[in-house]
Amino acid sequence: MTALPFTTAPSLRTNRRWALVAAYACLGIFVVFFLFPPYYMLVTSLKTNAEIAELASNPWIVTDGVTFGHYAHLLTESSFPRFFLNTTIVTVIVVAITMVISVLAAYSLARLRFWGSGVLATGVFLTYLVPDTLLFIPLFKIVGWLGLLDTYWSLILVYPTLTVPFCTWIMIGYFGSIPRELDEAALIDGANHLQMLLKVFIPVALPGLIAATIFAFTVAWANFLYPLAYIYSESEMVLTVGTVTTLIKGDVFHWGGLMAGALLAAAPPVILYAFLMDYYIAGLTSGATKG
Amino acid sequence: MADVTLQKLVKTFDTVEAVRGIDLSIPNNEFVVLVGPSGCGKSTVLRMVAGLEDVTGGDIRIGDVRVNDVPPKDRNIAMVFQNYALYPHMTVAQNMSFGLRLRKVAKSEIRDKVQRAADILGIAELLDRRPRELSGGQRQRVAMGRAIVRDPEVFLFDEPLSNLDAKLRGQMRIEIQRLHQQLRTTTIYVTHDQVEAMTLADRVVVMNAGRIEQAGTPDEVYHRPRTRFVAGFMGSPAMNFLDCQLTEADGRTVARLADGPALPLPAEQAERLRGHTGRKLVAGLRPENIREAAGHDGAGSGVPHDVAVDIVEPLGRETIVYFRLGDATLCARVGTEVHPRAGERTSLVFHPDRLHLIDPETDLVL
Repeated sequence: MTALPFTTAPSLRTNRRWALVAAYACLGIFVVFFLFPPYYMLVTSLKTNAEIAELASNPWIVTDGVTFGHYAHLLTESSFPRFFLNTTIVTVIVVAITMVISVLAAYSLARLRFWGSGVLATGVFLTYLVPDTLLFIPLFKIVGWLGLLDTYWSLILVYPTLTVPFCTWIMIGYFGSIPRELDEAALIDGANHLQMLLKVFIPVALPGLIAATIFAFTVAWANFLYPLAYIYSESEMVLTVGTVTTLIKGDVFHWGGLMAGALLAAAPPVILYAFLMDYYIAGLTSGATKG
Repeated sequence: MADVTLQKLVKTFDTVEAVRGIDLSIPNNEFVVLVGPSGCGKSTVLRMVAGLEDVTGGDIRIGDVRVNDVPPKDRNIAMVFQNYALYPHMTVAQNMSFGLRLRKVAKSEIRDKVQRAADILGIAELLDRRPRELSGGQRQRVAMGRAIVRDPEVFLFDEPLSNLDAKLRGQMRIEIQRLHQQLRTTTIYVTHDQVEAMTLADRVVVMNAGRIEQAGTPDEVYHRPRTRFVAGFMGSPAMNFLDCQLTEADGRTVARLADGPALPLPAEQAERLRGHTGRKLVAGLRPENIREAAGHDGAGSGVPHDVAVDIVEPLGRETIVYFRLGDATLCARVGTEVHPRAGERTSLVFHPDRLHLIDPETDLVL
């Protein structure tokens, strides 16, 4: 009888050790796999053009000395700062439009029980399932008809069609998890719908709001197809397409500049994720942990 | 301060009739408890008074004003919810002052009111905390504080103590009672817990299936139930019901219990039931009116009877004995000095002075 604790405890501990070893091994493989491209970009962006072109050199490390020439060229002698500014303008406006529309839509779909609200909520989600590669041709007609072709305003008009449905869906789920008694308490306290939304729902659903914001930010920042289809002038271009079109001249690839540009373009989303990661996870998993 | 009047109040959800024509008038300062089983419509009535549910039919008046179409915020009521419904992102002070801030009350006045309410409820040192840092009892106090600062004409409580553990529930019950003695605000309190109903209420309103079964003081509904439902619902353990026949024996009216003793009725009751002699009725006898035989000297009105003990529940200050009488299982409340054991036969004394006789056709207590 007394031997029991001695026989089970070590086996539990060994079990846990093996689980940890397996977990770390898997995580290690994933880390290497996913960090390989950024690492390769970083190394290439720091090499001289001569070293990049040298087929015999080691591609994994910098051997001929580190250079920041590609970065300097990008930031001072190319349109890269312009692309960065355009992207920032597009992203900020798109995120703002998306959040205003989707929060208002989600609040009304989640809380103002009106005729057809359930069907509408499902409809919103279904529109998200339509791939954007199907939409860019009809949207091209609309953008052209509005005279917005070849300006980044076309993107500001079009991106919300990609972001609003999903963000609305996230916010519906989040608002739906807020107990109804909270609305009723606010109603008795004297809040109207706008006050209830601003002073109760938005603060309580903040993690969901942040998750939705990050999603909208990522879509607006990183989309490639629409700027490629709608924008042709360098002054209106955004990072994704601009970097590629200006740094690939004919069949000449400026690999150092391309890699430097890609790294700089990827920096803002990475920084945003790093700061808001906890909120993002809390937002996406809210349904799983809250009753 | 105001009285509340419900006139022919009806509420239907789609095809389900949740409240079926309720008339109730609650005078100023009164503490009324609506009690009944789940689904009896008590919460719906409360929510209609609060303005959280539309009224299908009838009228609700607060003071002299018909409030059927008045929005909740203009009814001058405050409500305490079962799950507290505190705003999780606000501190205790902000939670309590939210309503006042929305009404643009002066900051200094808000501070005073919050402080006063916090002092009354003993939560002054918690004002800067957030709800998640509070225990259940503290949260419920904050919810009451939020109601108090508004200085409403009517307090509405929707099962406020059901999320608390038994000990805390007892404490909070006393606090709510003290609060009412202090503020004297008209209060409607909904619960399914009859102990809360009995201890808190000036008047208990027992509801069943969308109707009021009986409204009266705790004493009245307990000792003079009007219907079989009220008799069975109030009291724990519940009243024993068994078939009986009303007969005459030795010139006295007796209720002959099925497979049990014949209980002579007190003269006043016998007089009242004279017309029912010979009828089959249902007898209702509370567990405390079936006592142990020890100490019973044969005098008085008690009738001893031998029974087979089924289950014994010792509770410390008393013992609950379940026993069989024919096919029925009955319950008695005996002192701790006797120790009947399961499976044994023992003698219990039936006291008929609180016997309720119920007409099986109408379920009304005769």
